[in-house]
Amino acid sequence: MSALLEVDAVRAGYGSVMIVHDVSLRLERGELVTIIGPNGAGKSTLLKAIFGLLPVSEGQVRLEGNEVTDEMPSRIVRLGVSFVPQTENVFPSLTIRENLAMGGYQRSGDVDDRIAEVLGLFPELAERPGARASHLSGGQRQALAIARALMLDPKVLLLDEPTAALSPVRRGEIFDRLQAVREGGVALLMVEQNAREALAISDRAYLLVDGRNAHEQAGPEMLANPEVGRMFLGLDSADGEDGA
Amino acid sequence: MTEILQLVLVGLVVGSIIGLGAMGLTLVYGVFKFANFAHADLMTLAMYLAFFVYVDIGLVGGHIGPFSFGWGMIAAVLFAWAGVAAVSVGADRFVFRRLRARQTGLLNLEIAALGIAIALQAVVQAIWGSAPLRYHHEIHEAWTFAGGLKLKSDQLLFIVLMPVLALGLYVLLHRTRLGTAMRATADNAPLAEASGIDTERVRMATWVIAAALTAVAGVMFALQSQLRFDAGFEFLLLPMFAAVILGGIGNPWGALVGGLIVGVSQEVSTEWINTGFKPAVPFVLLIAMLIVRPRGLFGSSIGGSS
Repeated sequence: MSALLEVDAVRAGYGSVMIVHDVSLRLERGELVTIIGPNGAGKSTLLKAIFGLLPVSEGQVRLEGNEVTDEMPSRIVRLGVSFVPQTENVFPSLTIRENLAMGGYQRSGDVDDRIAEVLGLFPELAERPGARASHLSGGQRQALAIARALMLDPKVLLLDEPTAALSPVRRGEIFDRLQAVREGGVALLMVEQNAREALAISDRAYLLVDGRNAHEQAGPEMLANPEVGRMFLGLDSADGEDGA
Repeated sequence: MTEILQLVLVGLVVGSIIGLGAMGLTLVYGVFKFANFAHADLMTLAMYLAFFVYVDIGLVGGHIGPFSFGWGMIAAVLFAWAGVAAVSVGADRFVFRRLRARQTGLLNLEIAALGIAIALQAVVQAIWGSAPLRYHHEIHEAWTFAGGLKLKSDQLLFIVLMPVLALGLYVLLHRTRLGTAMRATADNAPLAEASGIDTERVRMATWVIAAALTAVAGVMFALQSQLRFDAGFEFLLLPMFAAVILGGIGNPWGALVGGLIVGVSQEVSTEWINTGFKPAVPFVLLIAMLIVRPRGLFGSSIGGSS
């Protein structure tokens, strides 16, 4: 049986500048998989290429065995893949409820029911559904971005650094929510700079270096891997910053 | 004092026309992020398309109550709306969309819009000529109100119609799925697309809605004064841009208020300055606002504020 999402020897970049040279990965149903790597490794570029935001010049992307390489994002969304960009991931002048309604734009009829379900996962948003997104804190905004992406009940959720620029407390809250989302049956493929926290909750992880696969391991095992730890997680200094 | 009040009243009429036109202009800006220099000439086109139905074809119909025009004017406005919408959507499909896809930059979009404006003006002039035209030649008496203030029934209609249409636009933008999608696309088009919103359909809908405002404002302008092939460039473009900038670029309600401010200040200024200098007033307001408060009076968001 094919994996839910398969990336096979993908090469992608911006115009003639290739960032991702040869990356393969797979995501099984209900898995949480994290991609780590140094800056410029091609992590975000890979997510954008999977979602059709950047062209794939070589290789294939398959969803449930069907090729979706270079499909338009609007079609990939319809096929069950949602994407949470790192920045500008909400509609600032729209309210929380309107943001969620727009996330569920392709749903027919039961949008209000789905909004209620999604808000159940994010109580901090449920408290004031009429608040404008521009008035939310960074953590609330990230929560809204994830909630918006869940509106279409996706099979796969792609997340580009969902905890970037958040305080440790807010990061913990977002990771808790993501685990709840996974427990709800959604598979997550996440690029994350806060690698230690992300690896601790990941089923598997990929380390990318210079746009190529460098290592694949179960999340907690990669966290314990001394070589990966020394090179990318800053674990040789007890209190060092994450360096993924 | 009566003279000033009379000028304010006329200013409200002119401001209603400018405000409605500016609402369409700013709506397009909000969604497409470029200033459509062809907007004023689309208003001119609307005047003449209505003229085609109302005068060339002769679909006048009986007079509507106290107004200067007949029932046929409703069909004329609808025809003008359809024509302006078709030209706008066509211009987007064949020009603006291609430029967007090539990411050629804002300047190229503006120059293309200017080119379309000049082409529209030339087409109108080629078909209907250079001489000013009117929908009718009867003298339409003004009503006299308390204090000796005078206003024609058409003008009263314009003042009433503006808030009604503005309310309609508000309901559309804030109470419908399409309107919310328009605001979402204006906020962040790539995210709207990534959310599964058909942004091209939303863009087409924006042209059609802006065309409705353009058609009504164009016909109102022609009823208030006359049809001129160069009306867009000569009388409408600058006041509408001033209204848009005054209210906050991309903000329809701001454009409406901006239009009223421009209209009233233009008319009232004639109490002290020569009428010939009246067109300079919006220009002065525009520059002053850009210097003092570039984000406009109400901020720049299609939803109402920034």
